[in-house]
Amino acid sequence: MNRPSDWSLVWGQIRYQNKIFWRTPVAAFFTLVFPLMFLLVFTVIFGNDEIPDLGVTTAQFYAPALAVFGAVSATYTNLAIGTAIARDLGILKRIRGTPLPPWAYLAGRIGSAAYLAAIAAVIMLGVGILVFGVEVYPETLPSLVVTFAVGVACWSSLGMLAAAVSPSGDSAPAVTNATLLPLAFISDVFIPPGPDTPVWLDTVGNIFPLKPFVVAFQDAFTPQVAATTDSWLGHMHWAELGVMVAWGVAGILLALRLFRWEPKGGERVGKPAPVTADKG
Amino acid sequence: MRVPPAIEARRLHKWYGDVHAVDAVNLTIDEGEVFCLLGPNGAGKSTTVEILEGHRPRSSGEVSVLGYDPQTGGRPFRERIGIVLQQQAVEDVLTVREALELYASMFPKQRSVDELIDVVGLRPKAKRRIRTLSGGQRRRLELALGMVGDPDVLFLDEPTTGFDPSARRQAWTVVEGLSSLGKTVLLTTHYMDEAQNLADRVAVISAGNIIAEGTPATVGGRGSAASRISFRVSANRPFDLPDDLSVDRTEDGELTVTTTDPTRDLYRLTGWALDAGFNLDRLEVRQPSLEDVYLELIGEEAGE
Ligand SMILES: Nc1ncnc2c1ncn2[C@@H]1O[C@H](COP(=O)(O)OP(=O)(O)O)[C@@H](O)[C@H]1O
Ligand SMILES: [Mg+2]
Repeated sequence: MNRPSDWSLVWGQIRYQNKIFWRTPVAAFFTLVFPLMFLLVFTVIFGNDEIPDLGVTTAQFYAPALAVFGAVSATYTNLAIGTAIARDLGILKRIRGTPLPPWAYLAGRIGSAAYLAAIAAVIMLGVGILVFGVEVYPETLPSLVVTFAVGVACWSSLGMLAAAVSPSGDSAPAVTNATLLPLAFISDVFIPPGPDTPVWLDTVGNIFPLKPFVVAFQDAFTPQVAATTDSWLGHMHWAELGVMVAWGVAGILLALRLFRWEPKGGERVGKPAPVTADKG
Repeated sequence: MRVPPAIEARRLHKWYGDVHAVDAVNLTIDEGEVFCLLGPNGAGKSTTVEILEGHRPRSSGEVSVLGYDPQTGGRPFRERIGIVLQQQAVEDVLTVREALELYASMFPKQRSVDELIDVVGLRPKAKRRIRTLSGGQRRRLELALGMVGDPDVLFLDEPTTGFDPSARRQAWTVVEGLSSLGKTVLLTTHYMDEAQNLADRVAVISAGNIIAEGTPATVGGRGSAASRISFRVSANRPFDLPDDLSVDRTEDGELTVTTTDPTRDLYRLTGWALDAGFNLDRLEVRQPSLEDVYLELIGEEAGE
């Protein structure tokens, strides 16, 4: 028997998830275009001058922050909603009835989401660089790439966790919005950190994995502010990476425990038959 | 040497909370057989089939499909079965061909996608998105998706419910094609004619119990059940029927004899008519249909 290789199965799933994404205009719009509109609005409102407390321009601050926000939407929000809807429709159950290993299906979804996150970030940074004069620094590129990869992995596993705990596809957007949006406001995505930010709010932000992602990624665009040494290693944000790794590992372990392949009510736990019923 | 059965269940039970959905079901389905589980809604057909597919855990009992325990058979088991669930979706932004190719790619053995498109009659729709298909066309796509891995055992849960008559005939042709390839098919339905047309063997299930089993011609004692002889007598003078026949008379003049020995009673009746010089109009001998038997079985069960 020539059983298809694991790699070809996962690759096939990634391509098929991508195809579905591009054929679902609403998802494509919210993931790729929506964060760009924030960048335009912020640069129009604030002008693209230097932000006094930060020493960088509006776009230099917001383009990386919103690139992270787009990447988190592409992974966390999309994975949670897409997977929960697929479960409601019975697509996950159909997959479970095929020889495709369950992990290959989930890997396909995550791979596709990571790819879209990268596209969202490239678009955001591309517009930032070409239109708003955002500057990039070669010495911070390793930190930028590693931060992005770890952040995307972390938020993909949290997306699967959100899918696992969402009762239905209809409630998945509520679950993701109720968690992501408040977090975004305390994670330097929409509001630059200022001297008046209370310390406890700062601490809360640092505990959750969004602010570490934003800060580590933004710092790659402000090396003059954050460098400890001039080598590329000095630009790595180990503490922030550690927070994201911890959340990512905890998230995927919990997701795997709680994951359901059928909608609620599809299979309730049955009590064992009484022993006497089987006589004869 | 005896070939082991393709599907076997022994004292299979399933509880949903307090609902005893499957109650001590025994099934033996041989390789190459088309087996039909016939029963009304809520009888436990889907539950039984989904346990055999590995979709649901059983509460107790022994189950073997192609030698595997469906619950633990995993990938090698799923490579050899095909599943068409009662209600199921597929990503409907894909085209018919894309969906078939995607699912085919998961199996080591594959049937040609082109051939399958023709088999289920979706050639004109092959390049269309699934969302544009009618309900019957979708169901036929699902039939094709169930066969895409060239399975040895195919499970079909109410494959033609909601079809118009021509779509049903087309689906039947597909199933007949499978059985001619030597595949084992387990099919559920609540249509009598579907069981009659497709099945080698039928089991009638009601309230989780199998209450009759056999070929479509004999199930529920159909082969030996009472026949009905009906007729009218056109006579211009009063007459007495032979008194060893028990005859019922309806208001419009039709007479019926219910008998377990139609050969003898028909002979008695026609002999009497010839001797007396009467004509027997609209003479008809009717075997109970599968439907009659089924309704009777289900009725008995419900009346308990
Ligand atoms: N997931 C479930 N949870 C609780 N009860 C169920 C579930 N699925 C089926 N049942 C019950 O089990 C019985 C058999 O259902 P089912 O197997 O779907 O019958 P059929 O397919 O013959 O219509 C019904 O009484 C139904 O209400
Ligand atoms: Mg059913």
